[in-house]
Amino acid sequence: MSLTFAGVSLAFGAEPVLSGIDLTVAAGEFVVLLGPSGCGKTTMLRLASGALKPGRGTVTSGFARAAVVYQTPRLLGWMDALDNAAFGMKSLGVRRAERRERARAILMRLGLAEADLAKRPSRLSGGMAQRVAFARALAVEPDFILMDEPFAALEAGLRRRLQDLVRAETERSGVAALFVTHDVAEATRLASRIVVLSARPGRIVADFANAPAREAAEAFEAAAALLRRSDVAAAINAAGGEEF
Amino acid sequence: MGAAERALWSLSGLVVLALAWAGGHAAYGPFVLPRPDETVATAFDLVGSGAAGAAVLATAGQALLGWAIGLGIGLALAFPAGFLAPLGLAARPVATLLVAMPPVAWIVLALIWFGPGGGADAFTVAVTVAPMLFGAALQGLASRDPALDEMAAQFRAPPLVRLTDVIAPQLLSHLAPAAGAALGFSWKVCVMAEVMASGAGIGGQLAIARAHLDLPATFAWLLILVALALLSDTLLLWPLRRRTAAAR
Repeated sequence: MSLTFAGVSLAFGAEPVLSGIDLTVAAGEFVVLLGPSGCGKTTMLRLASGALKPGRGTVTSGFARAAVVYQTPRLLGWMDALDNAAFGMKSLGVRRAERRERARAILMRLGLAEADLAKRPSRLSGGMAQRVAFARALAVEPDFILMDEPFAALEAGLRRRLQDLVRAETERSGVAALFVTHDVAEATRLASRIVVLSARPGRIVADFANAPAREAAEAFEAAAALLRRSDVAAAINAAGGEEF
Repeated sequence: MGAAERALWSLSGLVVLALAWAGGHAAYGPFVLPRPDETVATAFDLVGSGAAGAAVLATAGQALLGWAIGLGIGLALAFPAGFLAPLGLAARPVATLLVAMPPVAWIVLALIWFGPGGGADAFTVAVTVAPMLFGAALQGLASRDPALDEMAAQFRAPPLVRLTDVIAPQLLSHLAPAAGAALGFSWKVCVMAEVMASGAGIGGQLAIARAHLDLPATFAWLLILVALALLSDTLLLWPLRRRTAAAR
């Protein structure tokens, strides 16, 4: 099982967004796509999820079930946290009692309190809402999970806690992951493999294995080493000196 | 503001209206405005004696039937027009044209086509409210959040789940106020049609009261009509409004 980009290029109108992307994500891998803002990371994720079709080349997925966690939680405002987390299972035809029970177990594991389960999204904090969105993705038992800067809007401490949670959950289930970020420390903390994109039109300028950092200091040291790599430094220079 | 305070403020508007009515009666006499208490007593007499029953049933039947048909037509047309852009573009000017048609023109046409008592009242109500509800439903479909559609598609939600869990709640926030306005309109148009046709409902009783220059009875029938409109709004639309308010 794998996801493969083969010679993928895409333009929005006359503006090229991605150019000549070749990438394979294998089962169990945690691949982080790293690059400056606007380089086409989210577009790659949407191609991987099937929401977009490539202009040239092919995107093929051998994964049986993919789930997406977006930058904003995209929860349904008229449902409580429990029903939101169970939405994917409802789409799969899982019976109400069973899906609510499974959603409850996942939400509790992700740190929600019993009282939070009946809250609608407007009454959840940003971190809680993103946990519900993550629970909704995990609940369908995917073999591939796509995450588009899911913690970008959260404060640093909460972000680290949720990164640990994502890492623990993906290791626990063995699910393959494609995670988009422009935060280098986040990449070194989560990835088993880091793929660096250039500025728009995005193309892959570096692709290397990474041992996920377990502590904040270790993540920042790994991030500093990554930024000093010649291929990454060249990508930053090509982006007009804009760091990730 | 607490619930009790809100209720007091709501009541204060009605008190001011009643005082203005009493002032009008004092200033212009019973041939222009009957006494409020006399009107209320007449209304209670009409309802209590059972004399109002047949008229209320006739008007309610026609107004609510017309509203329900109009709602059904509006929704049935809005879905294809909302999901097929060319159809939506073709339907919008037609709906605008129909909204601009004065209800009295439909009443005249309906009386010619169906004759008095032939369902002309319900037809007029339906044809008047359908374009209003169609426009609101189309607006609700057009302004739904595409990010939620993408999320539902990503989770491979079947069409029925997308309709009930994603589309309908967003549609309701636009449709509920329009359905409320259309319901109020339904009562007015129905009574207007009955007055013109000298029909069996409240409109027919208003026509009789007018012929007898019976102002207390005229105002009493109007009071009954307003009470019916408020009751139907509470029973039919309050659950809908509660649901949309909770979603917000």
